[in-house]
Amino acid sequence: MLSNILNVLPEILTALGQTFYMLGETLFVAIVVGTPLGTILYLIRPGATHHKKVLYIVLDGLVNIIRSFPFLILLIAIIPFTRFVVGTAIGTTAVIVPLSICVIPEFARLVEQTLLDVNTGVVEAAESMGANLFQIIWYVLYSEARAGIANVITIITISLLSYTTVAGLVGGGGIGDFAIRYGYYRYKIDIMFFTVLIIIILVQIIQMIGNRTVRVLDKKK
Amino acid sequence: MIELKNIQKSFDTKDGKFQALKDVSIKIQEGEIFGIIGFSGAGKSTLLRVMNLLERPDSGEVNINGKNLCFLSRKDLLKERQSIGMIFQNFNLLSNKTIAENVEFPLKLAREKKSERIKRVAECLEIVGLTNKKDAYPVSLSGGQRQRVGIARALASNPKILLCDEPTSALDPRTTENILEFLKKINKQFGITIVVVTHEMEVVEQICNKVAVMENGEIVENFDLKEPITEFHSEIGEYLFKHLLNLEAKVDYVI
Ligand SMILES: Nc1ncnc2c1ncn2[C@@H]1O[C@H](COP(=O)(O)OP(=O)(O)O)[C@@H](O)[C@H]1O
Ligand SMILES: [Mg+2]
Repeated sequence: MLSNILNVLPEILTALGQTFYMLGETLFVAIVVGTPLGTILYLIRPGATHHKKVLYIVLDGLVNIIRSFPFLILLIAIIPFTRFVVGTAIGTTAVIVPLSICVIPEFARLVEQTLLDVNTGVVEAAESMGANLFQIIWYVLYSEARAGIANVITIITISLLSYTTVAGLVGGGGIGDFAIRYGYYRYKIDIMFFTVLIIIILVQIIQMIGNRTVRVLDKKK
Repeated sequence: MIELKNIQKSFDTKDGKFQALKDVSIKIQEGEIFGIIGFSGAGKSTLLRVMNLLERPDSGEVNINGKNLCFLSRKDLLKERQSIGMIFQNFNLLSNKTIAENVEFPLKLAREKKSERIKRVAECLEIVGLTNKKDAYPVSLSGGQRQRVGIARALASNPKILLCDEPTSALDPRTTENILEFLKKINKQFGITIVVVTHEMEVVEQICNKVAVMENGEIVENFDLKEPITEFHSEIGEYLFKHLLNLEAKVDYVI
């Protein structure tokens, strides 16, 4: 068994590298696009001072629609778009497009929820001091919600890890794809078992880092 | 001086329009500690929030030191708010920032220089006696200490006016007394005009020079507490102030 695993170790490492690549890139896009999107949703929600009815309905609807797509279907449905963006619909880089599209709305929604937990009294206090909108977002909302946002990043990272397993379908590779290839197609149970173990450990590590970060950032307790 | 003229404010609710302020006029002189008392839902907080335009009235004038805030550009209004401090029932401190950072916050918003900020933060913490807590986080402070941080924060930008919304309503009686002393002290020491909204008579009795009684979005009584109270215009006024009624003065008044 051990020799089996040792034999495929280089391949596992490559797969891990691909997973981290997909994870890292997509997470970056999710944070950069999803945070402002979630913030906008929060700011223009019904009942807020900056409520924008039409824009809210459009963005909110869009987020809901994309979130209701199973990743596998989304991956296939947007192949033309993926080809348009990265020039190809196949490979590790190509899979980042559907991954991002899938995860941005989820990220945005969770950020919105986190911001909703911010005490509106603190926002009001900042307004009373003459804070402008940018200052309120930056110094109040993100400061108060920082532990929550770290938690969102943790949750999304773990979801992403699971989404990347589907990446194999379009030649994206990664550790999940590896597990499917060896375990499902070639019946190498020991190798699959080992890969699943790696994935479990990865999830544990991500969750642990996430929890610790949240604890450091949260000064409310 | 704070002068509100014919302020009307309504809110859209699911049962239609709700008139929270009905033609309220009020005049508060410089250096006063002015109380606004009334039961819950009377419109006190709304009225206070009109004074720095956190709540924009449907009609009426909000004159602060001769300037009608309603006519200011957004930018000028934000600037003006920096000279009007505000403290809250639930303190509303930034929970992930230290005490010093909380007090520094308004100065940061005003883009003061770092060296100035540090100096001012130290001064303000000194005033409220919390210098030793400067690196603590709000969660580790008692309610009274948090409100003192709120006061220090409001003082940081050297305001002329301090608006207080139920500043002691979340505090026990002894702490209440302590906070009221601080408010009195900063009024005396720095000549800051204080407007305090409350439902507690002891707040009015302990620190206010003048008081307005609110009910259903209207001011139903105005008392100058330096003078004897001789008559009432409302049931709630009588209910709250009858122990201060000066019968002798009343007799004089009638004759
Ligand atoms: N943003 C708002 N939307 C709808 N109704 C409001 C809003 N703010 C205040 N009100 C209503 O206005 C009335 C006065 O509120 P408030 O000024 O907070 O009273 P007080 O501070 O005297 O308890 C209450 O009935 C309250 O429900
Ligand atoms: Mg109130």
